[in-house]
Amino acid sequence: MTKNQQSTRTLIRGALSLLVTAALYEAVARSGFFPAVLLPTIPTILSTLIDTLSDGTMLTHAAFTLYRVMFGFGLAIVVGLPLGILMARHQRVEHFFLPLISALMPIPSFALVPLFMLWFGIGNVTTILIVFYAATFPMAFNTWSGVRSVNPLWLRAAGAMGADENSLFWKVIIPGASPFIITGMRQAFLRAWIGVVGAEMIAASDWGLGWVIFDAKEFLNADVMLAALVVIGFIGFAFERLVFGTLERNTVQRWGMVRVAKG
Amino acid sequence: MQDAVTTIAMADDAGRGAERWRAVARNIFPFAVVGTLWEIVAWAGVFPKRLFPPLETVAVSFYNLTVSGILPHHAIETIFRLLSGFALAAVFGVLIGVMMGRSRRAEDILLPLVSIGAPIPGLAYAPLFLLWFGLGNFSSVLLVGFVSAFPIIFNSWTGVKAVKEIWVRSAQSMGADDKRLFRYVILPGALPYILTGLRLGLAQAWRILVAVEMLASVPWGLGWLIFGARKFLNTDAMLAGIAVIAIIGILLEKYVFQKIENYTVVRWGMTAK
Repeated sequence: MTKNQQSTRTLIRGALSLLVTAALYEAVARSGFFPAVLLPTIPTILSTLIDTLSDGTMLTHAAFTLYRVMFGFGLAIVVGLPLGILMARHQRVEHFFLPLISALMPIPSFALVPLFMLWFGIGNVTTILIVFYAATFPMAFNTWSGVRSVNPLWLRAAGAMGADENSLFWKVIIPGASPFIITGMRQAFLRAWIGVVGAEMIAASDWGLGWVIFDAKEFLNADVMLAALVVIGFIGFAFERLVFGTLERNTVQRWGMVRVAKG
Repeated sequence: MQDAVTTIAMADDAGRGAERWRAVARNIFPFAVVGTLWEIVAWAGVFPKRLFPPLETVAVSFYNLTVSGILPHHAIETIFRLLSGFALAAVFGVLIGVMMGRSRRAEDILLPLVSIGAPIPGLAYAPLFLLWFGLGNFSSVLLVGFVSAFPIIFNSWTGVKAVKEIWVRSAQSMGADDKRLFRYVILPGALPYILTGLRLGLAQAWRILVAVEMLASVPWGLGWLIFGARKFLNTDAMLAGIAVIAIIGILLEKYVFQKIENYTVVRWGMTAK
């Protein structure tokens, strides 16, 4: 089978599976097993989604959420990536930060929301800090294990061929660690995304997708909730597929460091 | 062989004792630094003391809450919820992930669903689950299981796909049937990833659980303790709760997953060490 046929098939199967799931949902929603307020039909959700999108409220919510998550995520990369590399390259840095990271990583970012609210109030500072806290550790941790797992044979080979520290770092260590670094970014983004929605539910004032969902619960607006969920899922999916997928295709897959699914 | 090993171990004993102390000191040092910084900030009065209590206040309230049995009760309820949710996620997650890794058809069908579900933060489902299944244990356990299944699925899937083609082919050429191939090549080969997935899933379950407890108004649970403490500005009780959360998280990591990993992965020589 040619590659093209195979990917068409993948597309068809994917679409089919989504359609069947949607049909099942619609059937349950229409069966009246749950009250219609709690389980709105797909057309209801869609019309709510279109309404809120066209009058701009949903877009504003999304913009606030994106601003918070990108700010925190950016900070996390700026801090986590160098930290991970330093930890892997210098034992002293590793000895200092590894115990701290292993102690702080199991604390859910959400547990800190009440604390940060007391310290920094409600709004952007708290949510961005929560995102930062959530995203930094996976970033640093994955970078650290990635740099450490670079095949020592490559290092020695490059060294024997006369690579200096600088080119060793950029041409061997960074590409060698890149599958881990990209995984780290993915995880960091997922965590950031979880963190921002959670933080917004409790610590946002009046904008943000998390806040919408939480607010809608109070008024039993399940359609608004699901519409916001769709937007959240769409943004997350877009990041996962477009941003990280493209990044992965252009780096580690092209370099042949991870195998693409087959068989 | 046995003798040589024992002799070397005995000769090394004195040296190893010192080594161990050095390792302990090395691990304590960063915490001492951070603790000192904390104390300085607390005593300098940058924040009101009510909001940023010094560590000894936190320790006292930790002790009081533990002795009166409040903290253990919260912790036990939380752990129970965590384990039931995680067990659900582990069973279904590994099953789905391995299926996706082995069969192209399952991958095509399930991947869109999983990739749509995964990036939606678990907490976003929480209000929905609460509306559908009511407040309390059932929805929180279900939500924890649902959310923590995703990293397990993803990692089992990646792990099965990352099994080296050459291992599969050499096993096949040596006449392994599908069952043996799975049991002796694919499963051990994917195990490091699956364990990573389980560990991530546990972390995810843990994270979401604390949040869910804040929202689902369960009568006991560490998340609720922290959230409730905020209303009365009991920052010390809050920090004590966070400390318990950290301790449970670390214990889980150290005594559950690293043990499993040592037992299986290192024994099979899958990781360089």
